[in-house]
Amino acid sequence: MNRLRLEGVTRRFGGLVAVDDVSFEVPADGVTAVIGPNGAGKTTLFNLISGFLPPSAGRITFEGNDITGRPPAEIARAGLVRTFQLVKLFEDLSVLDNVKVGCHLQGRAGLFAALFRPASARREEQALDARARDLLAFAGLAAMADEPAAALPYGRQRMLELARAMAAGPRLILLDEPAAGLNTEESAALSRIIRRIADEGTSVLLIEHDMTLVMNTAERVVVVDFGRKIAQGTPAEVRVDPAVIAAYLGTGKPAMQEPPHG
Amino acid sequence: MTISPSITSPERRPIRLVGLLPWLFAAAVVGYAMVVGGYAATVVSFALIYAVFVTGLNLFMGFAAQVSFGQNAFAAIGGYMSAVLTASHGWGPLPAMVLGIAAAVLAAAIVGFPALRLKGHYLAMGTLAIGLITYEITVEWQSVTQGYMGISGIPPFGIGPWEVTSDRGQLVLLSLVVAACTFAAGRIRRSRFGRALSAVAGSEEAATALGIAVARYKLVAFLLSAGFAALAGSLFVHIVGYVSPEVFGLHMVIVTFTMLYVGGIGTVAGPLVGALIVSLLPETFRAFKDYQDLAYGAALILLLIYAPRGLASLFAPRGRS
Repeated sequence: MNRLRLEGVTRRFGGLVAVDDVSFEVPADGVTAVIGPNGAGKTTLFNLISGFLPPSAGRITFEGNDITGRPPAEIARAGLVRTFQLVKLFEDLSVLDNVKVGCHLQGRAGLFAALFRPASARREEQALDARARDLLAFAGLAAMADEPAAALPYGRQRMLELARAMAAGPRLILLDEPAAGLNTEESAALSRIIRRIADEGTSVLLIEHDMTLVMNTAERVVVVDFGRKIAQGTPAEVRVDPAVIAAYLGTGKPAMQEPPHG
Repeated sequence: MTISPSITSPERRPIRLVGLLPWLFAAAVVGYAMVVGGYAATVVSFALIYAVFVTGLNLFMGFAAQVSFGQNAFAAIGGYMSAVLTASHGWGPLPAMVLGIAAAVLAAAIVGFPALRLKGHYLAMGTLAIGLITYEITVEWQSVTQGYMGISGIPPFGIGPWEVTSDRGQLVLLSLVVAACTFAAGRIRRSRFGRALSAVAGSEEAATALGIAVARYKLVAFLLSAGFAALAGSLFVHIVGYVSPEVFGLHMVIVTFTMLYVGGIGTVAGPLVGALIVSLLPETFRAFKDYQDLAYGAALILLLIYAPRGLASLFAPRGRS
């Protein structure tokens, strides 16, 4: 079954059609990428899927349930969690606590539990702590657990945001330009982590400008331009698609270089 | 991934001991007042009542990073409920206090549900209006509040035959209440609930993307804050034995904001430290006579220059403890 399905999704801002009648499906397995030139409507598309903006028309279903226009927190509870193009960490909290906030949906403890700490709440807190530390180890941040999040270098903040989103236990994770601002090594490490996330059963949908990352990481690519879907297929198919080449370069040259392997 | 040396802070352990300093300071001040009694005990008693109020204000403004200029409204509800029920209707102080807190929390729910849709300056304006409206009600509803005349003859706090009448007894009672409130704030800080509030403070978008019901957490923080305010209002009328509209006016808003920022917004110890310092400073400068207010103002400015995140933050391992 498909994890996510978009049918004729459209979003207008006044006279501008930012997302125009876009339909595609995200299968449960592997990594799907949305690419397109700047201003093609990729982030708007993510905002529509994650509930941060209601679509003007169309239908979005997640695991068969209609989530069109549902509030973002409800969509997250359903198992669809996103990250942001500009990192939004909780800067005053420690690295570990950022991931623990990510674990919010895994816990039940409320105000009563905070004040009286019954045994059940203590067990839950220990479980969240262990889970958060596992995720930090996964993201290579275990040594910095107690640092304030704001003190991390930029590349590590990106990793932390990824670990925090994974802490919510999503079945589909939306990554909005996760490699933005990363150097080549960091980007390669990110690519490996995204593959591991997908291999462990979480579907990944990512927006990305870094073509090397997309070509190395994604099984399927959806290309958008001026709000419309102009192509869809494997990275190899998309790379030689004339419409894609035209959108990126406006000439007959190949749109993307062969990725370096490894 | 780039290899960067892991950032460690070797001075963490000493900092933990330093973290006790705000508590030792508070204990010393209360202990001094206990020994000396009289006027010192009165000043410190008021400071402790403010500490209850500011601890609640801090849950909403520090932990959840919202803003309210209208928490005095809930102190007024708690205070007047206690005053009217005990002085005019012969209730015991404890049931009157409990009902007052419940009424304040209910009022906070009614106004908070729509008002918390506002953000930033608009929320500030909206909450300011709540305080002003409540003030007008306490002035105008003379059949119950006796207007500017106020209500006198409010009995001291007590349960059944046991009454707290002496200076020192009041100090003990208030110290216990403040300790319980501060303990509660500390537990909230280090809990799933408290982390969700911090997330709302840090980035509402990121919090909502992680499934946190932002509006609900804001509302619960507002209700808690109102409950603390009502508790403080009720304690005040029982300690003083008298209440009038001026007690819960704009002056209270200004003083409690000063306490929150001087003590350290978002910290656990900050509200108590701030309440004590801001209450004691004017007394310390009494010898300056005509220049007392000038010295007080200068001291506040210096505090905010050298401890911009509040006194308690100087002793916290991070910006927030």
